[in-house]
Amino acid sequence: MSGWSNHTGLAVALDRENVDTDQLIPARFMSTPRSEGYGDFLLYDFRNDAHGNPTPDFPLNAVPNASILMSRRNFGSGSSREAAVYALVDFGIRVVIAPSFGDIFASNSVNNGLLPARVSEAEVDAAIAMLADGAKEVTVDLTDKTIRLGNTTIEFTLDDVWQQKLINGWDDIDLTQNHKQAIAAFRAQHVQRMPWAIPVQQTNFRSAGRGTVSQ
Amino acid sequence: MTGCRLLDKLWDAHEILRREDGTSLLWVDRHLVHEGSHHAFAKIAERGVPVAEPGLTFGVADHYAPTRGRPATDAIARMITTLAANTEKHGITCFGLDDPRQGIVHVIGPEQGLTLPGLLINCGDSHTSTHGAFGALAFGIGATEVAHVLATQTVWQKKPKAMRIDVTGRLGPGVGAKDLALAWIAKLGADGARGHAIEYTGPSVRALSMEGRMTLCNLSIEGGARFGMIAPDETTFAYVKGRPFAPSGADWDRAVGQWSELPSDLDAEFETEVTMDASEIAPIVTWGTTPEDALPVTATIPDPARMQGSAADRARNALDYMGLTPGRKLTEIAVDQVFIGSCTNARIEDLRAAAAVLAGRRAKVPGIVSPGSQQVKAQAEAEGLDRIFIDAGLDWVGSGCSMCVAMNGDHVEPGKRCASTTNRNFRGRQGRDARTHLMSPAMVAAAAVTGHLTDVRELLKEREVA
Repeated sequence: MSGWSNHTGLAVALDRENVDTDQLIPARFMSTPRSEGYGDFLLYDFRNDAHGNPTPDFPLNAVPNASILMSRRNFGSGSSREAAVYALVDFGIRVVIAPSFGDIFASNSVNNGLLPARVSEAEVDAAIAMLADGAKEVTVDLTDKTIRLGNTTIEFTLDDVWQQKLINGWDDIDLTQNHKQAIAAFRAQHVQRMPWAIPVQQTNFRSAGRGTVSQ
Repeated sequence: MTGCRLLDKLWDAHEILRREDGTSLLWVDRHLVHEGSHHAFAKIAERGVPVAEPGLTFGVADHYAPTRGRPATDAIARMITTLAANTEKHGITCFGLDDPRQGIVHVIGPEQGLTLPGLLINCGDSHTSTHGAFGALAFGIGATEVAHVLATQTVWQKKPKAMRIDVTGRLGPGVGAKDLALAWIAKLGADGARGHAIEYTGPSVRALSMEGRMTLCNLSIEGGARFGMIAPDETTFAYVKGRPFAPSGADWDRAVGQWSELPSDLDAEFETEVTMDASEIAPIVTWGTTPEDALPVTATIPDPARMQGSAADRARNALDYMGLTPGRKLTEIAVDQVFIGSCTNARIEDLRAAAAVLAGRRAKVPGIVSPGSQQVKAQAEAEGLDRIFIDAGLDWVGSGCSMCVAMNGDHVEPGKRCASTTNRNFRGRQGRDARTHLMSPAMVAAAAVTGHLTDVRELLKEREVA
């Protein structure tokens, strides 16, 4: 995953609370391999009518090159499906701005280079009002945690760890490999303290990490 | 220095290291994978890394498991065979469709004794909070994190804030864990516990069976909490003892000794404190499109005209989607079908509660009953519960996530209304344009009997008189 620190793109408003991950990608699309792309599945049941015809008025259909989404509280709540983030990212969304996000969704977003930027309810009200007559260009700066919309600059909230991860494009597995020894030492002590940490039917597999299942 | 909370004790016991920025690297004791984990297996395959601890990883077919006959489509069948191939390749025990231990991941973990107090449990599913009912640190993760756990058996996580939901009083007859959960979610909102780990305490929580505790912890995520937990006690130990993967002999005694130390210290402080009085809780149903849209069944459908701002917009959208008229009684809402199942409410106690209402009665609408696991199914059949459901006119089917997540082909048709024991009334959750009302198994059974949302206490009262 490559990092980024600044993004300018078209912002559209999705003026709804509780846009859960089932809405972001309905379950029926989730058996598709990622390599086929998830962008078409994004908010599918809003973007298409019951016959599969696109609904032209829906914000993301009206502005298919939008890369910033402005929405309301509890965005990405519900299911842990990372496919919801894949759908946003594959569509071309880089930033979602909302007053609050589902915890798992926010964490999944950062793992895929998508910024979940938190702003106040009042700021979202104002921003959505500014986008009422159509998409506008918005600049998001990760370094100083700001969003510039027209003449207005608002600050967003983001965990410092996530800020660094997004800027540097860190990969957690790489980071964790640096702690191999600490992990092995912890495991040995942990299993000694609570032998049942290894399920009883599997206690025969070798103690130092990778092994085979005995049953 | 104030005392330690259950959360602190579990966290400390799994913290390998903490970075300067406050993020902890935690050891994962049990990693549960299912068909949806295919993205994560693909990620580790791409990197060419093995599964670090196949002995601590368990697979189960549930999200796409057919409940009747063969998988509905080739794509669904492929999801199940991919899980089997991935687990076999990495030497992971997998409870496949033909395994008598198969069932919904959050039902079979506890059932098999894989879920134990004091453990850290991860699964790529938001309802992993269910396992917190045992006093475990259990939380749902996304596919990137699943790949990380597969590759390292660890997970990076910032410690959440702690919330205590203390429930005083006693739940009345016909009122259970599902009602309690929906009541607090309605009170705090679907994001009311965001950023928190919830510990449920108080006499009504202590009085719950393990099944009830699992229902309560399961729904933590619907109020925004990634973690829900209940300190272990004698009820917990009695449930765990003798389970296939649980410790025994001297290890059992030692384990119980450690587990008995887990409850929060008396002087422990929580960032957020919430108090509920169980005796004030009536059977609850949802009317809208998020679990926070929940009201006592005795109430009326809310009127957006009496609300303000975005709440009014949201209620209007929800009522429009649900096809409901403000001001009407909730009990006037007619349903087209019922569903009893899911990781929330498909354990033996749930089936008993539904059967107690349905016994000797006929359902006015069709519906399916999907037990939480093959073991639950076998036990229900041994108790004759299957006959009660079948005689009532409902379908008694196989075990899996089924109509809760509508991935295996089981779904609610557009515009149809379903009384459901599941966890999410989201738009489209049970199928495109499906209308879902969440409630307890007893309440779903009552809706089946009358064909509309019904206060189950009325039906139970008739029973007492008879």
